[in-house]
Amino acid sequence: MSFSKYKDQPLIKNVSRRDILKGIVSGGGFVVAAQFLPRMAVADGGSVNQYKTGADGMPGGVVWNPQVFVSIAKDGTVTIVSHRSEMGTGSRTSLPMVVADEMEADWSKVKIVQAEGDEPKYGNQDTDGSRSVRHFIQPMRWCGAATRNMLEQAGAVYFTCSNMEVRAENHKVVHVPSGKSVGYGELADIAATMKVPSLKQIALKDPKDFRYMGKGNVQLYDMRDITMGTATYAQDVHVDGMKFAVVARPPVLGGKAVKWDEAAAMKVPGVIKVIPINGTPMPAKFAPLGGVAVVANSTWAALKGREALKVQWDDGPNKVYDSVKFKAAMAEQARRPGKIERNEGDFEAAVKTADKVIEREYYVPHGSHATMEPPAAVAKVAGGKAEVWACVQSPGGTRGDVASTLGIPEKDVRVNVTLLGGGFGRKSKCDFALEAALLSKAMGGTPIKVVWTREDDIQHAFYHSVSYQHVTAAIDKNKKVIAWRQRSVSPSLMSNFMPDPKRESALELGLGLIDTPFNVPNLRLETGEAVAHTRIGWFRSVNNIPHAFAMQSMIGELAAELGKDPKDFLLEMIGPGRIVDPRKTVTSELWNYGDPFETYPIDTARMRAVVERVAKEAGWGKKLPKGEGMGIAVQRSFQTYVASVVHVKVDGKGNVEVPRVDSCIDCGFHINPERIHSQIEGAAVMGLSIAKLTQITFKDGRVQQSNFHDYPVLRIGQGAMDVRTYIMPHPPEVPAAGVGEPGVPPFAPAFCNAIFAATGKRIRELPLGDQLSA
Amino acid sequence: MKLKVNQQDRSYEGDPQMPLMWYLRDELGLTGTKFGCGTGLCGACTVHVDGKAARACVTPMADLSGKSVTTIEGLSADGNHPVQKAWRSANVPQCGYCQPGQIMNAAALIAANKNPSDAQILEGMQGNICRCGCYQRIFAAIKTAAKEA
Repeated sequence: MSFSKYKDQPLIKNVSRRDILKGIVSGGGFVVAAQFLPRMAVADGGSVNQYKTGADGMPGGVVWNPQVFVSIAKDGTVTIVSHRSEMGTGSRTSLPMVVADEMEADWSKVKIVQAEGDEPKYGNQDTDGSRSVRHFIQPMRWCGAATRNMLEQAGAVYFTCSNMEVRAENHKVVHVPSGKSVGYGELADIAATMKVPSLKQIALKDPKDFRYMGKGNVQLYDMRDITMGTATYAQDVHVDGMKFAVVARPPVLGGKAVKWDEAAAMKVPGVIKVIPINGTPMPAKFAPLGGVAVVANSTWAALKGREALKVQWDDGPNKVYDSVKFKAAMAEQARRPGKIERNEGDFEAAVKTADKVIEREYYVPHGSHATMEPPAAVAKVAGGKAEVWACVQSPGGTRGDVASTLGIPEKDVRVNVTLLGGGFGRKSKCDFALEAALLSKAMGGTPIKVVWTREDDIQHAFYHSVSYQHVTAAIDKNKKVIAWRQRSVSPSLMSNFMPDPKRESALELGLGLIDTPFNVPNLRLETGEAVAHTRIGWFRSVNNIPHAFAMQSMIGELAAELGKDPKDFLLEMIGPGRIVDPRKTVTSELWNYGDPFETYPIDTARMRAVVERVAKEAGWGKKLPKGEGMGIAVQRSFQTYVASVVHVKVDGKGNVEVPRVDSCIDCGFHINPERIHSQIEGAAVMGLSIAKLTQITFKDGRVQQSNFHDYPVLRIGQGAMDVRTYIMPHPPEVPAAGVGEPGVPPFAPAFCNAIFAATGKRIRELPLGDQLSA
Repeated sequence: MKLKVNQQDRSYEGDPQMPLMWYLRDELGLTGTKFGCGTGLCGACTVHVDGKAARACVTPMADLSGKSVTTIEGLSADGNHPVQKAWRSANVPQCGYCQPGQIMNAAALIAANKNPSDAQILEGMQGNICRCGCYQRIFAAIKTAAKEA
């Protein structure tokens, strides 16, 4: 047995406490800067295109200090810190790429190190809500520009000339009059002594000078490691002396282990100890579910030990949770007057004058993220300090949660972030890392790796919420929609954080319900009650999925009812290009993804534009053979507009193929088109999984699915193999918006609209399953 | 019992029922073979046993006496197997977790069939799940690799 490959080297290149990075370090030495005016110190207060985002309001806020993010070695190697977690969106590459571009670094000489969880130092690290580029493109541009400025100042010292005579260019500073140049490596020590310029003293690059931003010429930083199997995820972490643990968790939320066969588990060769873990009553945030852990010398022994435990459970009150019954109860709620969340005009009065009133209901079940890497973490808790290695989306939050779980100060907790084998919101919740910390403490400081199996993952997720939507539309004699009422019933994810609110919170309502841009004079959006009997979590695009499914399907239904083309009718419903501002007509608040409305308003001109572009690209309106059809849908989510056209082919047995998907995305200024394409392709695949396959159901409080045989996700060749992505071009002044999530919401309604076009059958419940063949 | 892992002789005396995946990951530190489902349903743990693709999570050590196992770490000396190269040029991965298994499966597929049809590629890769949804690019990369292999 040998772990020599791990000896003396970090598992993943994390910023080390002990490493003094050469180059731009917090200097404090002789400051030369004062005598030089930076080259671009501009009288107009700087040419930094600053707009406000919600980043400042997040824990840790924004940090752009080059002394935190950039270091330069004497050989010219530029090391840039990635402070956001990498779960597949490419942010670990894209944000450092922005720094490199602004500082005129040569990407081939750039190394990336992963920040440990430390939000006071790095700014917000909660990799969630499609925020990484949206909130950090500006700070990372400032950081790169400030670094360039410091290098130019260093160049002026080197050439003993004025700042005006030097220019940073592709990893060198050029003395313009003589044409001589000096490499960044040689300037590192001088640059380190330079004062970090203020925002007013720096200038961002002109977009025509971008080397990497918007070009798609930078490959995923970890590409080579991934293809060679050397990339490290949490499941792969090895720490010397480490033992392995698996946990038998209560199958019903809030359940307790009452009896187990410790002796049988201890008889399994390799099992070291059996340790009960206490659960926490709801609201439990991300606290472990509790149960009984088995610690062993190998994962295999721990798994065998857990099998031998044969735990008996006291299920508690959530044993009543039954998806069939719950669906009926939600439907009943949705058919009754609810709590008004946004109101415009007079819905009831309009209905009375209507020529026709149409009511429809839509259902979306629970879903589980099923990241390819099941959750895992290693923790070492000894001497009053904790070190954790984990695949967490929120390393800063994890640090705080580990500290409070163990009752030690945050400064004594270090959270090292590995690559994440998928995240989708599941790994925003660090329960698995807290389990590892508690077990290491219970083992007296032995490093413990907690491994979740696929069954653990499917049966103990933070589930995408189940949802029931009731929509009523009134149409007048002129075939115009004059009134729209939508009632949304869905257990809230806020039940993790407060006594169950029983209805969607402002945060969830802002995800595609009360922010609807529809041009309908009498508009009413309501919620009904639904209690959370399981852990509700956020899942890639969250409540946008059921809200968009209902709205965009209903638009398809109304188009058919009125004999209008679905794309034309969608544009009619969106109405003319304008800013829609629901802030005055919502009854509580309009949650705008945490961002200022002024920066990211609801702009129907942009929404119209993605619809028109995707329709054109997809060949909307062309004659299709029998059994084929196209469907269209659009959604604004995470400040981004995505419209999709899904083309389906349905055979006589009800088998559905998806030969082509076209998606147009407007995410403002974009920096990595290659990764945007990959995200939209992936969103179509996940969207098709949601539309066709995935469903978590409960019976007696227990999840009925356990692995990929009964929770099937899309496999290769099962559709969405030809996804075409169109990106709306914008200059940097147009605020960058989200990319990871917004591709998902339009997919399911576009898919079901396409099925209707192909077959005349309307699908109102997800997943499709065998509804067409039954 | 004796076996070879990446051309190296190994002997194993532990539980014969332990799946190869845990031997590779926990005992040899060869973590490129990923744990995804433990039941042979997702393909993240795909290795080659005597040149053929096998799911290491459902292959007990008892079946490996005298066999030769190749993992992603042993697929090529320099990481430049045609499939690995094609993966990089097609920018296949997102999170990357399933990719070693995808690559191992694709390499075995191409080794067995130098000129696979589209249908053979899709059928041959059915057992490998990618939750990020990189299938379009996986397919393209295999077509490229097959041409160059």
